[in-house]
Amino acid sequence: MNNRVKKSTTDPFQGLPPAQGLYNPQNEHDNCGVGFVANIEGHKSHDIVLKGIQILINLTHRGACGCDPQTGDGAGVLIQIPHAFFERECARIGFTLPAPGEYGVGMVFLPVDPQEQILCQGVLEKIAREHGLTVLGWRDTPINGDMIGRVARNTQPYIQQFFVRRAPHMDQNALERKLYVVRKQAEALIAESDLGEKDFFYLPSLSSRTIVYKGLLLAPQISQFYKELSDRELTSALCLVHQRFSTNTFPSWKLAHPYRYISHNGEINTLRGNANWMYARQSVLASSLFGADIEKLLPIIVPGGSDSAMLDNAVELLTLSGRSLPHVMSMLIPEAWEHDASMPDDVKAFYEYHASLMEPWDGPAAVAFTDGRVIGAKLDRNGLRPGRYLVTSDGLVVMASEAGVLPIKPEDIRMKGRLAPGRMLLVDTEQKRLISDEEVKKQLAARQPYAQWVRENQITLDHLPSPTNVYPTDHATILMHQRAFGYTDEDLKTILHPAAIKGEEPIGSMGIDTPLACLSDKPQLLFNYFKQTFAQVTNPAIDPIREDLVMSLNSYIGREGNILEETPKNSHTLKLRHPIISNWRLEKLRNVKWGDFLATTLPALFRVEGGELALEKAVEDLCRSASKAIKLGYTLLILSDRGVNEECAPIPSLLALSAVHNHLIREKTRNQVALIVESGEPREVMHFALLLGYGASAVNPYLAIGTLEDLYRDGHFPADYTWDKVFKSYMKATDKGLLKTFSKMGISTLQSYQGAQIFEVIGLNREFVDRYFTGTASRIEGVGIEVIARESLMKHRYALRTLTESDTELRVGGEYQYRVRGERHLLNPTTVSKLQHAVRQDSFETFEEFAKIVDAQNRDLLMLRGMFDFKVAGPAVPLEDVEPASEIVKRFATGAMSFGSISKEAHETLAIAMNRIHAKSNTGEGGEDEERFKPDANGDLRRSAIKQVASARFGVTTNYLVNADDLQIKVAQGAKPGEGGQLPGHKVDDVIARVRHSIPGVGLISPPPHHDIYSIEDLAQLIHDLKNANPQARISVKLVAEVGVGTVAAGVAKAHADVILISGYDGGTGASPISSIRHAGIPWELGLSETQQVLVLNDLRSRVRLQVDGKLQTGRDVAIAALLGAEEFGFSTAPMVSMGCIMMRKCHLNTCPVGLATQDPELRKKFTGQPEHVINFFFFVAENLRRIMAELGFRTVNEMVGRVDCLTQRTDIEHWKAKGIDLSSVLYNPPVPSHIGRRCLQAQDHGLEEALDRKLIEMTQEAIENRAPVSLSMPIRNIHRTVGTMLSGEVARRYGSAGLPEDTIRVQFTGCAGQSFGAFLAKGITLTLEGDGNDYVGKGLSGGKVIVYHSRKSEFVLEENILIGNVCLYGATSGEAYFGGMAGERFAVRNSGATAVVEGVGDHGCEYMTNGLIVVLGRTGRNFAAGMTGGNAYVLDRDADFALRCNRAEVDLEPVVHQKDIDLLYQLIMRHAEYTGSPQAKWILENWEATLPQFVKVFPHEYKRVLGIPRVPAGILVEKAGKGRGQGIGG
Amino acid sequence: MAQRINDYFEVYQPFPEESVRTQAARCMDCGIPFCHTGCPVNNIIPDWNDLVYHDEWKDAIRILHSTNNFPEFTGRICPAPCEAACVLGINEPAVTIKVIEKTIVDHAWKEGWIKPEPPQTRTGKRVAVVGSGPAGLAAAQQLNRAGHWVTLFEKADRIGGLLRYGIPDFKMEKRVLDRRLEQMIAEGVQFQTNAHVGHNVPVEALRKEFDAVLLSGGAEAPRDLKVPGRELKGIHFAMDFLPQQNKRVAGDEVPGQILATGKHVVIIGGGDTGADCLGTCHRHKAAAVSQFEIMPMPPEERHASTPWPLWPLQLRTESAHEEGGLRDWALGTTKFVGDNNGNLKQLHGVRVGPPPRFEPVPGTEVVIDTDLVLLALGFTGPVKKGMVEQFGVELDSRGNLATKGNYMSSVPGVFAAGDMRRGQSLVVWAIAEGRSAAKAIDQYLCRAR
Repeated sequence: MNNRVKKSTTDPFQGLPPAQGLYNPQNEHDNCGVGFVANIEGHKSHDIVLKGIQILINLTHRGACGCDPQTGDGAGVLIQIPHAFFERECARIGFTLPAPGEYGVGMVFLPVDPQEQILCQGVLEKIAREHGLTVLGWRDTPINGDMIGRVARNTQPYIQQFFVRRAPHMDQNALERKLYVVRKQAEALIAESDLGEKDFFYLPSLSSRTIVYKGLLLAPQISQFYKELSDRELTSALCLVHQRFSTNTFPSWKLAHPYRYISHNGEINTLRGNANWMYARQSVLASSLFGADIEKLLPIIVPGGSDSAMLDNAVELLTLSGRSLPHVMSMLIPEAWEHDASMPDDVKAFYEYHASLMEPWDGPAAVAFTDGRVIGAKLDRNGLRPGRYLVTSDGLVVMASEAGVLPIKPEDIRMKGRLAPGRMLLVDTEQKRLISDEEVKKQLAARQPYAQWVRENQITLDHLPSPTNVYPTDHATILMHQRAFGYTDEDLKTILHPAAIKGEEPIGSMGIDTPLACLSDKPQLLFNYFKQTFAQVTNPAIDPIREDLVMSLNSYIGREGNILEETPKNSHTLKLRHPIISNWRLEKLRNVKWGDFLATTLPALFRVEGGELALEKAVEDLCRSASKAIKLGYTLLILSDRGVNEECAPIPSLLALSAVHNHLIREKTRNQVALIVESGEPREVMHFALLLGYGASAVNPYLAIGTLEDLYRDGHFPADYTWDKVFKSYMKATDKGLLKTFSKMGISTLQSYQGAQIFEVIGLNREFVDRYFTGTASRIEGVGIEVIARESLMKHRYALRTLTESDTELRVGGEYQYRVRGERHLLNPTTVSKLQHAVRQDSFETFEEFAKIVDAQNRDLLMLRGMFDFKVAGPAVPLEDVEPASEIVKRFATGAMSFGSISKEAHETLAIAMNRIHAKSNTGEGGEDEERFKPDANGDLRRSAIKQVASARFGVTTNYLVNADDLQIKVAQGAKPGEGGQLPGHKVDDVIARVRHSIPGVGLISPPPHHDIYSIEDLAQLIHDLKNANPQARISVKLVAEVGVGTVAAGVAKAHADVILISGYDGGTGASPISSIRHAGIPWELGLSETQQVLVLNDLRSRVRLQVDGKLQTGRDVAIAALLGAEEFGFSTAPMVSMGCIMMRKCHLNTCPVGLATQDPELRKKFTGQPEHVINFFFFVAENLRRIMAELGFRTVNEMVGRVDCLTQRTDIEHWKAKGIDLSSVLYNPPVPSHIGRRCLQAQDHGLEEALDRKLIEMTQEAIENRAPVSLSMPIRNIHRTVGTMLSGEVARRYGSAGLPEDTIRVQFTGCAGQSFGAFLAKGITLTLEGDGNDYVGKGLSGGKVIVYHSRKSEFVLEENILIGNVCLYGATSGEAYFGGMAGERFAVRNSGATAVVEGVGDHGCEYMTNGLIVVLGRTGRNFAAGMTGGNAYVLDRDADFALRCNRAEVDLEPVVHQKDIDLLYQLIMRHAEYTGSPQAKWILENWEATLPQFVKVFPHEYKRVLGIPRVPAGILVEKAGKGRGQGIGG
Repeated sequence: MAQRINDYFEVYQPFPEESVRTQAARCMDCGIPFCHTGCPVNNIIPDWNDLVYHDEWKDAIRILHSTNNFPEFTGRICPAPCEAACVLGINEPAVTIKVIEKTIVDHAWKEGWIKPEPPQTRTGKRVAVVGSGPAGLAAAQQLNRAGHWVTLFEKADRIGGLLRYGIPDFKMEKRVLDRRLEQMIAEGVQFQTNAHVGHNVPVEALRKEFDAVLLSGGAEAPRDLKVPGRELKGIHFAMDFLPQQNKRVAGDEVPGQILATGKHVVIIGGGDTGADCLGTCHRHKAAAVSQFEIMPMPPEERHASTPWPLWPLQLRTESAHEEGGLRDWALGTTKFVGDNNGNLKQLHGVRVGPPPRFEPVPGTEVVIDTDLVLLALGFTGPVKKGMVEQFGVELDSRGNLATKGNYMSSVPGVFAAGDMRRGQSLVVWAIAEGRSAAKAIDQYLCRAR
């Protein structure tokens, strides 16, 4: 017994610290390893518990620990109530337990303070008694606190078990419900109490079926900490386990998993919306099962929980109110059903019915769940988390994030599988069987006549009668309206017109350099105060184009019913296929008379005569009239700003909407109505995204439509454009843009996005945000409703001013291009030319003039950093005592601009310049020509010190990796965080193609996410991989500033990055949709400061170096960055300008007139940049900085880092908007003890010492040094990760990409390999594995050979069982692979040269492939070959239905008829048979004549085009694919 | 060429609209249109280039007029700093912006799109604009369109200032000016010629009758050359010489004619005015014409001290230079020598070193026979005597009228614009000044209301 830990009640570290500075606990993320083990027959044993714990221990590398290596982020197990054990123990304490099922056990975390402990116990007992339960007693849970870390010990609660008996006649389900009520009530009561340690109080579980043992533990500690877990009498038939990796290191015992029903690996991206909607639903919750108790359950979602905790809250309610657990899981995390042609109709109807009930909880998720009887696991619709399982012949089911977590003899395994996207694995220990996904879904679908319910109760707009009157566009007043809604020339020219011509969002380049809305002199739209957030590291962005099968714009309008009931009425909804609706469709809605549906229009206008105060009142009135309308029974509220005239100005549409939305949430009537916005204001994607994100069901942008109509009428469209075409292509552009905006946050469906509030506010004051945008982050205060009103009035006044013939009709704008009367730009004619003059004339004097202008501009409030003043740190030091510029420049880097986006000349000039001054240039994501790795004759080195590893992995070979000083993982880029890119084929010339390992002329796609980083533990794995490839290189991770970037950075630091780069949103030189350039991400000042604060708070800062970039130009910029916490500084725009860039901002058009951002040989000749220009720039900045350092009293930059106390906010700011800004949170200095480092002081421990490769390298010395063949064999386990990579690094270092002769090094492994087996394997190395592989086998394969086959002892059908995990061969550039079994999802994604044979693949196989050859001797998953532009695949299509699962947007399917193809295929299969002993391959070879016709060749269009092969005429394969949807190939 | 020096018609041939469109198409619609900041009135050049390219001339003139009241003037006589700042100019010939501008406005006149735009309502405020050069005209048009009653006072017999009597007809025919004046009259602007404020129009009357006064009288005090022999007959200021010719072209009788016919003419001063004298002398059929400049000869190409996008220091060849004459640089005048009757006969000069000292180079003295010297040495500022003194406005250190940011002089309600305020400059600057001053006056009047 060691439960009494002394601790002071004032310890600030109970759970997460409160929000402070820029840190907010809401931003915490966690990702993890998850698993379970169960006996199908329901046989209870202690062995199951031991096995569960064993799984946990073998998943340790998926968790993390923070500053204290003995304190984990949390681990736990959930088991069935071990009755025999408790019976024995309770008897010892002195009470007797009734029969199993007749009592409940609570695992209770209690305050440490004895008084408070007693109070909490008392509360729990009292409530239990009130509900008719009998308190049996309490038991101290025996623990061993010595085993755990210091931090965990300091925050450890007092842990007891609580036993209560049911009331007579209460069945077990009723008991479970009561226990739920008791727990909820106790939680609520204690949360409201004033107990000092109330935060300790927590019940991991209170159930008659299950019990949870969890804590702030590392996996190996759990069985030592909870002593009884080692007791042989403690038995269970199932064990659910979880190992947590959280971004923070703040100890929290309660945030460990499992929760009461689930363990979750992933992240719910739409949490805010889900939580809000659940809150809104509370008012109509009713259940006959709970009766009056339902009130006691509130709040359903406990505030302050993590996403997983909140999801568990929802699961618990829905399960206990009568739905089965699989039913609940399918409802909360539905699979992608909308576009799935192969899904049975009744299953679709099931999903459709539930979609009208509730929005999906969207985001990456592998959820393991149990209620103590069934246990299972489910993946989200995207399948973004791994889940592998096996079933043994003696009835054991093991599921985990990885294979190989338990040592099980191959001959005992009956089957091996993986969780596929949206699919479920279910074990029913009562029915004693494994239930397949199909059966589960079938059963669910058969529960009710869902299809009939939907058919009878749901309609679409098409069903509604045509309206009699539709608002026409009034061309006479359109100009006045455009002016009133703040339209500029640019809105027409740059946004609306191009969108309507091309059907896609317009593209821009070179970042943004205009002021934030809150610093601008121009009247802004309220929209502009918001910034989009996006997924980075903790969850992936989605590719809405190539993976559109998971995306959906469907939404459901209607009064929401009681979700606890299952009645036809719940599907009484109106289904909208697009949220942006025409005037005609809006009128249909306005006049709807069907069922409950009744619409009313509420004017969203305010009277100008009331001045700035009138707006607030008008918004209040609007909210009041919304409430009234609900009382009157209206179900559709149309918020309309039609009717702008002399007296009335529009309420900003977002304000009108969000005010009503939040008002109704507070009133708990929000789910009674749908809000529809009819407004002249919204016109671009960001506007629509905001309106939907704050709760609109649909938006009618009447003025945007009217403007297009006006342009159309005036003949601004090509002759072949009808009005219908114009309108449709604008809608198409908008839809695409919306999907892109959702997907960059990792959200797939509009329904989840609605109300999810995935935005950050910059420059609105707290009062305003709390009131109208409740829950949105806004961290630097800013303007309030009066200024918003004033901006509206400015526009309104302008609208009513009479125009003369020589007035321009609209304001010029000047946002996207510099205009004298437009918005101000940091880069303008003066600064650009001054900088160029300075560097070309080598004149520091001119540079100082330049710097003075830039700094003055900043002070003139173009940038947040202009709002700071310096405070001296000490007495000024003589300039000569300040460290020399030659030292300072070593901290400088140029940004990631790829060869491909900029010309060879420009790219190499930067590299030469940076190498000469010992600074670092960056390859960008386009790879690097190997000839640059060796110095030139004159001593110059054209090699970039920083080698970037981006999502497309262009040219990322082992040789590339070993030739780097820094390896930079680009998670996001400033100009378009969360988005991918595309290099059109015409830009891919011979050199670029060579460097990127692709085919000249074939277009290249960069996926939005790294397919090997879906979570923080994945990032840790990639860092580990890269560090193995090149142990000497620093691993750097590039993030983009957004709210919460600090917590992400903390996770990245824990994932062992050496450098973290925080990019400002304003940086970025690359081409990107202009809405992303403007609206995604935030200034680096905020991101850097948040990162510094959170890292310091976590004591992680001393392990990493921080780099910052984003339009840095002067010494002052650098000084501010250093004081805010940066040690290194990146520059892109300014060096570009130094080399001659004149901010044409047309980089994407290949027409750069100064030869920088172009591949056109003629234009490249015009490049006049010299390394000296770049060097001059960097030395000037350093000199400029030295002068500031001298004044402030700093001798070295090191002294400056993190000295935020030397910055203060200027007090002389009188600007009408900027004066409201409060930067104290940016200047916040966390109060931590002085021993906590504020800059990098120690190196990360990468744990490379334990790598298996150390051994391999030692044993293959002969081969490495002398090329002598070496053969080895050894066992392998899942904890052996990244095997073969360090060895490959050694080979590449010596022999470059040529490597060693084939098979020089041969290693035979037996067992289950850990992640990244054979990653970056170099030429000459062959790894053979008998057993199974996990995720990322052969990632980045660089010439080596990987062979994997099932254990020879396996008794299952080899080709039907899963052999290797997800994302194998990702980014492979060359080499061979043979897999004698099935692979998981995303096989050979971004392959650019490897050849592989595999016997089946999951979804998204060969996605984005640009070269290489893949043979699939079996079934593929869905979306095969999406975005595949080069290379070939041969797929054995036995059932002639492959065409249904292939994404044919980019590829043709053809029979294999050419002899060359046939021979090649035959040979590959022969080799496969030889290497893997595959029976499948043998059978095919034996029946070659019969099988050959079943092969389909996948041939990308682009590849064909460059090869000069004509496309296959339509219809050739129709017959073959005809079995499916009747959609012919190429048809 | 031989033909054109026989008349005073504009030397420019209209550019075919197709080639103008080709030029417009060369515009790259830059992220930073340096041209548009190179231009004092900030013409939104990329926008109208694009419109011309798309054959949308009507929109083009609207955009052009939104920044420039008189593009037909600048399109003819502006040295086009925009073209010097054109991004294409970094490594290729710049877009011929000036020709495009001229074509747009000529096209618009031809189509009859340029019509009077009288204000819809009148404010009742009255503004006096003194001086009808480009600054005064631009201000008058802007103020009138804002609804104020504007009276323009001109001391000469015709409206237009330098546009009328400074710019030779071969650079801008006066019908171009006249049709613009007709538009202004139709819009309601009152013109008063032969009204010399401070002489025949008392300053007090102006102050009393008008709510605001704008002084836009130019920088008319010519810089003199104070060397021995300056008093000889046959030495004239360019601005005494050029207006006479304009009057003759207009059909006026001109007393005290200065003619170059048959003479050996020396023009001192290498600038635009000198070139105007040169062209005029050719048309007078002078026996010989030389143009001397004291500064060293500029380089053929942009000098390194004025890199792009700055206004380049480089040799400029005007249309008049193409027509003949001798140009020489780094030549200082030491004295004039005349005959017994006081008639100019010789100019004595010497080679000089670079500025600012212009050190004479010993042994390089020259003597040039001449019987007509035209001094085109620039201007030293506004004429102080009379109006300026009587208004009692303060002057700045360079002798120009001092104003604050809002164009108001030290005397409340009295504003200044154009050369009078910023010193001798380009027509385009004058228009820019006039527009800005009009805006300031409008704000002043609206506040007073």
